[in-house]
Amino acid sequence: MTDPLLSVRELRAGYGPFQVLHGIDLDVAQGEIVAVLGANGVGKTTLNRALSGLLAPSGGTIRFGGADLTRADHAAIVRAGLIHVPEGRRVFPNLSVRENLLLGAYVRGRADRAATLERVLTIFPRLRERLTQHAGSMSGGEQQMLAIGRGLMGQPRLLILDEPSLGLSPRLTEDLFDLIATLHRDGLSILLVEQNVVQSLAIAQRAYVIEHGHVALSGSAAQLGEDPRLRAAYLGL
Amino acid sequence: MLRYWPILAVVAALLPFASSSQFLVNLAMLTAFSALLGQGWNIACGFGGLTSFGHAVFFGIGAYAVAIMQTRFGINPWLGLPAAAILGAAAGAVLGAAAFRAGLRGSYFALVTLAFAEVFRILANSLDITKGGLGILIPLHPSLPNFQFADRRGAYALVLVLLAVAMGIAAWLRRSRFGARLVAVRENEDAAAALGIPLVRTKTQALALSGAVTATAGVLYAQMFLYVDPNIAFGAERSVEMLLVAMIGGAGTVWGPVLGAIVLHLIQDTARMLIDTPGFAPMLYGAILLAIIAFLPNGIAGLRLPRRRSAREEVRRA
Repeated sequence: MTDPLLSVRELRAGYGPFQVLHGIDLDVAQGEIVAVLGANGVGKTTLNRALSGLLAPSGGTIRFGGADLTRADHAAIVRAGLIHVPEGRRVFPNLSVRENLLLGAYVRGRADRAATLERVLTIFPRLRERLTQHAGSMSGGEQQMLAIGRGLMGQPRLLILDEPSLGLSPRLTEDLFDLIATLHRDGLSILLVEQNVVQSLAIAQRAYVIEHGHVALSGSAAQLGEDPRLRAAYLGL
Repeated sequence: MLRYWPILAVVAALLPFASSSQFLVNLAMLTAFSALLGQGWNIACGFGGLTSFGHAVFFGIGAYAVAIMQTRFGINPWLGLPAAAILGAAAGAVLGAAAFRAGLRGSYFALVTLAFAEVFRILANSLDITKGGLGILIPLHPSLPNFQFADRRGAYALVLVLLAVAMGIAAWLRRSRFGARLVAVRENEDAAAALGIPLVRTKTQALALSGAVTATAGVLYAQMFLYVDPNIAFGAERSVEMLLVAMIGGAGTVWGPVLGAIVLHLIQDTARMLIDTPGFAPMLYGAILLAIIAFLPNGIAGLRLPRRRSAREEVRRA
């Protein structure tokens, strides 16, 4: 793998004296889906916050598309095309669906906003039906679509999805993973941070398993799916 | 019926012009003035969620600016109006840049604004240019070019004009891109940041805009009452009045501060008129405030929304 799109080395981050990430190494190549797996509290969200500039890393480097983004602020990171769809949906409940989506294009300006909106609405026909509705009045599944659609409005080169299946029914979760696969076929690179091990491994090419702020296991998704340690820890097999 | 109430409000606002009762005009003017103050607060705090307990600082800057400019330098108070707005905006920008860069939010930001206003109150109490605790008396010369009104209706008209401008700004916030960014920051800072929205800049701009509007209310106050002192200008009561008006009416809405001002003045003035027992009026006032906060967390303007939304949900469920 030469020159990955995202390359993270020895990343350390935490909150004050409390260190959460103790040196994470991670790569995402162009056009890949990479899964980051782990239970609650192992540092997945902290990793996301550090990658998207919401939390300043205390050590290590983050390189994206050939540029060093370790100390970049969140706006510069979004402009570079590294876009984070935060956990728990986090739509803006009192704004309309349309306003939510347009805010996603904030860093891109107005240039091709209409075309991008059209593209996103083609992917999510449900959102087109609800453009003028308040985002807070939609169901959980629709809000998750909106959050992903809003991320796509920024024309990402790499989309970070933080626990997208959290709180969704099994059916909706299946739809969601189909959607992620579709986005990937269209050429999008995706970093998928999930607790849902089986489905994540099914669509990812590679995966990292994080434990206590370290990468405990990594490799191809197929390999990891067979790994007895992973099966024991997460699948109860 | 509910759809027509803004028209009703406009008619009610114009009614006092047909009356020669100075009492009625005065009541209408003070109500509109409270609404203007509330709207000034609402622009940053209602739409942007930047809860300030010290908005009197902008009011006081406006009032002192126009008073000092005309008594010391002989500058016409009409010129004082834009000057005060610029100073108010500058104060908002400085306070915002300092507080938001340091990452202060919620109650921490509220405490800093409170302290900021207190610093100005103490400064106004001790500096020569503000004449310390004596305050500044603006000489009485009623005439339109001099921004003083012999007839209260003139002052009332001007309050209405500025209130209309402030409401226009609030309406613009509801439909503009800047307003959407501001609401996004209020509803979820992390999600807004994840979209690349610059948090510090957006919040600072909102506070500057809010400071400018609030400072113009200070100018009006100085020109109506022709006297400013440190407590009137920078006292905490003024700050509390602003946030109460906006929160009771409905923070983050265009009409909220107007509703809030009407309700507050109705309660205050009728209680004072009907009951002579000292201390009873403020007690009743406090009880009603508590009831509104407990039962109407979104203010009076919030009364309409849930009803409409639940009706829609019922349709969907059916």
